[in-house]
Order: sequence, then structure tokens, then C-alpha cells
Amino acid sequence: MRVVVIGGGPAGLAAAGAAAAAGADTVLVDSEPVLGGQFHRGHPQRVDARVRHLANSTVWAVEGMRLHVRTGQADSPSRTGEVLNADAVVLATGAHDRVVPFPGWDLPGVYTAGAAQALAKGQGIAIGQRVVVSGTGPFLLPVAQSLKAVGAEVLRICDANTGLGWLGHPRAASPAKLAELLGYAVRLRSAWRPRTAVVAAHGEDKVNAVTVAKLNPDWTIRSQERIAVDAVCVGHGFTPRLELAVTAGCTLVDGFVAVEHTGATSVPGWYAAGEVTGIGGADLAAAEGEVAGTAAARGSHPSRALAKVRSGRRFAAALAAAHPIRAGWHTWLTDDTLVCRCEEVTYKDLRAAVDLDAAGTRTFKLTSRVGLGLCQGRTCGRAAIDIATALASDRRTFFTPADLQRRPIATPLRLAELASLPEEDL
Amino acid sequence: MRVTIDGVPSQAAQGQTVAGALLAAGRTSWRTTRHAGKPRGVFCGIGVCFDCLVTVNGVADVRACQRVLVDGDDIRTEEP
Ligand SMILES: Cc1cc2nc3c(=O)[nH]c(=O)nc-3n(C[C@H](O)[C@H](O)[C@H](O)COP(=O)(O)OP(=O)(O)OC[C@H]3O[C@@H](n4cnc5c(N)ncnc54)[C@H](O)[C@@H]3O)c2cc1C
Ligand code: FES
Repeated sequence: MRVVVIGGGPAGLAAAGAAAAAGADTVLVDSEPVLGGQFHRGHPQRVDARVRHLANSTVWAVEGMRLHVRTGQADSPSRTGEVLNADAVVLATGAHDRVVPFPGWDLPGVYTAGAAQALAKGQGIAIGQRVVVSGTGPFLLPVAQSLKAVGAEVLRICDANTGLGWLGHPRAASPAKLAELLGYAVRLRSAWRPRTAVVAAHGEDKVNAVTVAKLNPDWTIRSQERIAVDAVCVGHGFTPRLELAVTAGCTLVDGFVAVEHTGATSVPGWYAAGEVTGIGGADLAAAEGEVAGTAAARGSHPSRALAKVRSGRRFAAALAAAHPIRAGWHTWLTDDTLVCRCEEVTYKDLRAAVDLDAAGTRTFKLTSRVGLGLCQGRTCGRAAIDIATALASDRRTFFTPADLQRRPIATPLRLAELASLPEEDL
Repeated sequence: MRVTIDGVPSQAAQGQTVAGALLAAGRTSWRTTRHAGKPRGVFCGIGVCFDCLVTVNGVADVRACQRVLVDGDDIRTEEP
């Protein structure tokens, strides 16, 4: 029995280890040169020696249980191809930052919170000397901590919510998680400001200041001040990387891959674990990976991991409830604020497309060109849906998350690579 | 490792990405957008946004945040 695990973060690592331990012939495919995913960046991980690890390898298309892989340096035309036939697949492709747009968010010097974290942990680079961290969610705290560790001065940590909502769900929290969060809170409290946000970034060719606003509970602006910075990083939670799940036909619920307690998706033979199934941090991702890897290999029930998954999901739900995205951010936008960074589609352009009474996703996208650029809507998609839906005042539904993630080619290939694919590979 | 960035020789460390090297050299943007000509550098840092494109050894449109440097790499940006 062959299990292929896609993604080498905490979830995929645990899934591959568990599948191999249960006796399956296990392959772990990961795009990064070293294992560990987002959480372990800078601290390469090892996997069970029985697992065949394909590094620098990306699954770019799926057809049933056939997975198409390219291996080699990022975006290189000399990558080589391989087709893997799987008896079971564990999808553990993780997530990327969600960012709500604001005027100036496309200026150099404005980064996602994940980018600030990845550059600090992976490259030892501080995005700036005077930095403001903004967004919502507990992830802002480790990011601020990492920035300080590489020498940045963190002027403010702005959470648009109070950040304390999860205290209302004490039963949901694991003691270790609570201790970790409280530890950050103590070390970072002088910079931490609840109910505030960076609502604009200023500068010509690079950010030199931000407007930090005090917010109402619905995220509309109460008052604002200007702060000189040389960098800012922003994160409003995470968006799962769903393209393979969508191509495989997995049912989504609330924008995540729907899974049973075993990690089984709606498609026979396809399992999912980690942040593609919900945002809950590395420990939960690893527990889910162990459960899904075991189930994929038809191993025996890992009851300790299952219990961890249950408590981890309760904590994740409490955190999510404490860090909602409130519609008041739409009021931060000006006519010429970019929503789609690739095709340079502004808020005004989106309004014009909605006014044309476009009938749904495809026409709306084609009229405005939102999400049609290189990133294919990965960066702006959620924001564009929210804006279009609000502007249309519920008269129409514009897209579903699956529409946004429908990218049969999950990662761009070069024309030369496509041309050189052997026929049976297509 | 030795690499060149826009024709200027420089040293690179094992595991350093093209974006890491450009940022370490004080560059925050190295490309402009097609329509408005706005500057772009790193945004997402993990290969999702395609803001950070550079030319590596003559191959255009390589994501700087994903491409790990190897000895002898010739990096060209649109905006030296
Ligand atoms: C940029 C960033 C930095 C983060 N840093 C931290 C942190 O420091 N601390 C923290 O607690 N949380 C961090 N997080 C949150 C983090 O996502 C989770 O805590 C945890 O890493 C999730 O584990 P995972 O296994 O589900 O996914 P990930 O760790 O995201 O792993 C997914 C892996 O799948 C690979 N992959 C994706 N698509 C494909 C494909 N098609 N083919 C092959 N491989 C593929 C990716 O390259 C990646 O290695 C970060 C998130 C982001 C986006
Ligand atoms: S910074 Fe987003 S792809 Fe490189």
C-alpha cells in the first residue's frame, strides 16, 4: 500500500511518520528544500528513515490517485517530472497569510506577518528597524518576538480585536498554549494595542509612515495618528492552500477541507490534515497529521492523537471566535486603493464591475480583471469577494471559496516544461 | 558562495534566498508593475503572491523568495 503525503510542515511530517510506522510505503512530497513547513522554518526537521522524501518537489496537478510532481529549483525550467500513483493521499499543504487591503498596502516595506516571520526565522533578516505589526490573531505575538530577536524595534502591535475573547473559553485552551501566549503578552505588553489597526501606509517608493487608527468594535475608525516607520507587517489570520483539494473534488465547509475524525475527506482515499482543514497552530496540525497518516495506511487507532485533535480544535474554535474580520475595514479603502495587486484593480474598479450587474464569479472577474494575475487571486480573493458581496448588498452571490481556488495547475509551470512533458504525463 | 546581483559580485551564504540577498543588500523593491509602474519587492515571503520576481541566470520571472542561491548565480532585477 502506498501513501503519498503532500506537504512537509508539522501535519505532513507527522502523517508521513505515522503512515510509515503503520507499514505503508510512504512518499513525502514537499516544495521546500528542507522539511518543517512554516512553523519549523530555520530548524530543518527529519522524517522517519523509511519515508521517501522528495525535496524541492511540488505536486502541480492531480488526476484521481495520480499525482504529477515537478522536482528542482524554484521556477527553474530544468525541473524534472514524475508521476506518483497512490493508494491513499494525505493533503497537508498548509495555509498562507490573509491580509485585508488598505491604502498603501502595495508599497514596498509592507509585508505579510508570515513574510516577516519567514525572513526572520529563515534568513535572519529584519524587515525594518522601526516596525509596526498589525492585523488580528495570536500569530502577531510570535512575529513581534521574532522581529525583536533579529534587531527590529517593534513600535506597536495592533490587534483590531481585543485579543482577549478566548479568555471567555478557558476550557478550550491547553495549559501549554495559554502559558505560551501569556509569556508573549508579558514580554510584549508595552507595544500591544487592542482595537487598533494600520489603516494606511504612506510613502513614495517605500513606506515611511503609517496611519494607526483606534477602532470601533466593527472596525470603523474612531481616531487616528501617524507614526514614522521603515516597515510594517500585516496579518489577518490565514487562508488554506486548497487548489489540490478542489481539483481532487474534496468537499469544503466554511472554506476549509471537510474531514471526518480520521482525517478522511469526501473523496475516497484522500485524507487531509493541518491548516488546510482549519487554522489551529502547529501542535494541532501535527496531531491531525498523525491521525490522518495512520488512517490512510489503515493502521490502528491513535487514541492519544485523537484526543489532542479534539482539544486542539476546541482551542482553535475559541481563537477564531475571538479574532473575527469585521466589515468596517471596507471604510478604510479609498477609490484608488488596490485590491488586486497583480492586475492593479482598485476599489473603484470593483464597484464599477458590480454596478455593471455582472452575474457571478466569471463575469465579475473578467469585467474587473480581479484575481486574473500571476497569483490567481490567492492574495486578494477573499477581500474581493467580501467587497463585491457588500457592494451588491446581497442581491447576488459572487463566488464561493472553491471558485477562487479552482486552479487545475496548482503551481505555474514554464511553457518549456509543459512542452517537454511526455504524453502520458499530460 | 559567490553570486552577482545586477553585475555586482557579492558573497552569499548557504540557504540564502535571492530575496534574502537582495534585502540584505538594502534593496526593498526590484520590479515595477505593468500598468502603473509601481515598485514591488517581497510581500508574502512564501511563494504565493508573485510580487518578488527576478531573472536568475537568464530565466525571467523567478520568485526571489523561493529560489535558494547557488554558487555562481547571476541575478538580474528589472530595477537595478
Ligand atoms: C509564512 C508563515 C509563517 C508562519 N510561521 C509560524 C510560526 O513561526 N509559528 C507558528 O506557531 N505558526 C506559524 N505559522 C502558522 C503555521 O501555518 C502553522 O502553525 C503550521 O506550520 C501549520 O502546519 P501545516 O503542516 O498545516 O502547514 P505548513 O507548515 O504550512 O506546511 C505546508 C507545506 O506544504 C508545502 N506545500 C504546499 N503546497 C504544496 C504542493 N502543491 N506540493 C508540495 N508541497 C506543497 C509547503 O511548501 C509547506 O512546506 C506561519 C504561517 C505562515 C503562512
Ligand atoms: S514574496 Fe510573494 S511570491 Fe515571493
